Amino acid sequence: MLKGHQSWEFRNRPVIIGTATVVGPDEGEGPLGNEFDIVHGDLRIGQDSWEKAEKKLLEEASKLAIENAGLTNDRVHFYVGGDLMNQIISNTFAVRTLNIPYLGIFGACSTSMEGLALASLIVDSGFGRNVVAGTCSHNCTVEKQFRYPTEYGSQKPPTAQYTVTGAGVAVLSDRGEGPVVTGATIGRVVDMGLKDPFNMGAAMAPAAVDTIAAHFRDFNREPGYYDLIVTGDLASVGSEIARDLLVKHGLPMQQTKYNDCGLMIYDLKKQDVQAGGSGCGCSATVTYGHILKRMRRGELRRVLVVATGSLHSPLSYQQGESIPCIAHAVAIESGGEEQ
Amino acid sequence: MNWMQFVWAFVIGGAICVVGQLLIDIVRLTPAHTMSTLVVAGAIVDGLGLYEPFIKFAGAGATVPITSFGNSLVHGALAELKTSGPIGIITGIFEVTSAGISAAIIFSFLAALVCKPQG
Amino acid sequence: MATKAKQKLTWTQQEYKQFAKEREPARPVLRNCIRAFLVGGTICLIGQALTLFFKTYFGFTERTAGNPTVAVLILISVILTCLGVYDKIAQWAGAGTAVPVTGFANSVCSAALEHRSEGLVLGVGGNMFKLAGSVIVFGVVAAFIIGLIHMALEIGGLK
Repeated sequence: MLKGHQSWEFRNRPVIIGTATVVGPDEGEGPLGNEFDIVHGDLRIGQDSWEKAEKKLLEEASKLAIENAGLTNDRVHFYVGGDLMNQIISNTFAVRTLNIPYLGIFGACSTSMEGLALASLIVDSGFGRNVVAGTCSHNCTVEKQFRYPTEYGSQKPPTAQYTVTGAGVAVLSDRGEGPVVTGATIGRVVDMGLKDPFNMGAAMAPAAVDTIAAHFRDFNREPGYYDLIVTGDLASVGSEIARDLLVKHGLPMQQTKYNDCGLMIYDLKKQDVQAGGSGCGCSATVTYGHILKRMRRGELRRVLVVATGSLHSPLSYQQGESIPCIAHAVAIESGGEEQ
Repeated sequence: MNWMQFVWAFVIGGAICVVGQLLIDIVRLTPAHTMSTLVVAGAIVDGLGLYEPFIKFAGAGATVPITSFGNSLVHGALAELKTSGPIGIITGIFEVTSAGISAAIIFSFLAALVCKPQG
Repeated sequence: MATKAKQKLTWTQQEYKQFAKEREPARPVLRNCIRAFLVGGTICLIGQALTLFFKTYFGFTERTAGNPTVAVLILISVILTCLGVYDKIAQWAGAGTAVPVTGFANSVCSAALEHRSEGLVLGVGGNMFKLAGSVIVFGVVAAFIIGLIHMALEIGGLK
């Protein structure tokens, strides 16, 4: 059901019946290293290229998620997913082997929640019983496509972020046990005129705040409704800005806990990751690997995940354009409780 | 053995790098913009006839930074201009500098045949 | 004071830009400059030693010793790039590794390695100068213009 101006309320409460997260070595060494299903010790995962490695991450995560859900590929109706690569080849080539009807999407680093929202919409409306939402990112493919060759010696500034090598996949169903998706808020494109691709946190923060404000407006809720609100990848610079912006907009965030996946996935003191993590895989792996585990353990009851994305391309940056951003929010609650 | 030239090589080479660092951190140029600026600067300095004395004084401090690439290009062009006339401006550009570019291409190509990036 | 660039942004955007700038961690400029000075100076020192070596043992002259010096420095850069350590050193040294000819070699080598997966012709050959291309282009164009200026001055009898 449409809720407010830009939100959906999922009255039929689609269930996340299975998830899987597959990450690279740096994520395995981070604070959440034990929470991921598979940790690869080699960035190339034995493949010929970085791009093939990213595809393999997603392939493994998809297969494992469907297995964890107790399903087989032929019982999954749709796959919704995307990534950062040109023409979203990581998803396309990974899903090629799954043989599931495929909806490719692009939301940059907000893809995880854009996919989860759309998958929930399909299940809630009865247009599909079992739907998979997946995304992935790889540090080296993103460096190669958006910035510089991986061995190039350029000095990263303290505002730069480190793309997560990881894939996160969730399987939604209209029946079963598990955390439940109760609502989603679709973000608008927000462009505050910032142009520095090495400071994406500052560019994305306004989009996150815009979506969070819209969510509370549409659902007529206060932040205290949730035990935890996380943003996808604002990292240290963006999350500080978001905190201040939320106060400026009069949202009583002190009622709840606020954190950012880009800060949770790495140890900023020990690992050389500048401001923190970014990438589609950042919000996906932290949400499906860590946050949902905490929900299943009963530590969290209601979480709002706000994935953020920068919608620029290397070309738009070279042509002097600013960085438009977007944020999508999904509300996940522990199952079995009707509020 | 001219020990002073070692000292000047260190100091001048370091100073040119500091200029590059300031272009990156304060003027906020990208590495490509910074290097292009330094090359053009080196070219202009040689155009004014000041790079050769600079090399005599600073040795490798002047020949190793990327500015000397601009100097070599201009040097080649002007030398050919003197000997062959106006067409020399075009034919002479790469005369002096070919060692650097050739070495970079050849070694990089060979490297790409056997090595993979580590990430 | 609104400059021309700022005038293209709306008032809210300008306000946010200021807001974000206040919260941007400052770049450690002094620290970066010291590191760049030390590493850049050291590389030039190594270059000086190489030049002396080639002049003494191989009979190169002052002018021609520059060629093998540059070639050896480039070889060292390529090896360090292949070993995957050049970018780690560069994160520390900043312009200290980028400004000497080692930075040029690293930009060519890193691009060549990265695009090997697209084949030798289109990948390696087509992308090798992705980063270094602008240096060569601008150097050549600058040299051409300076050559023209010299020629004009000569013709004008000012030289």
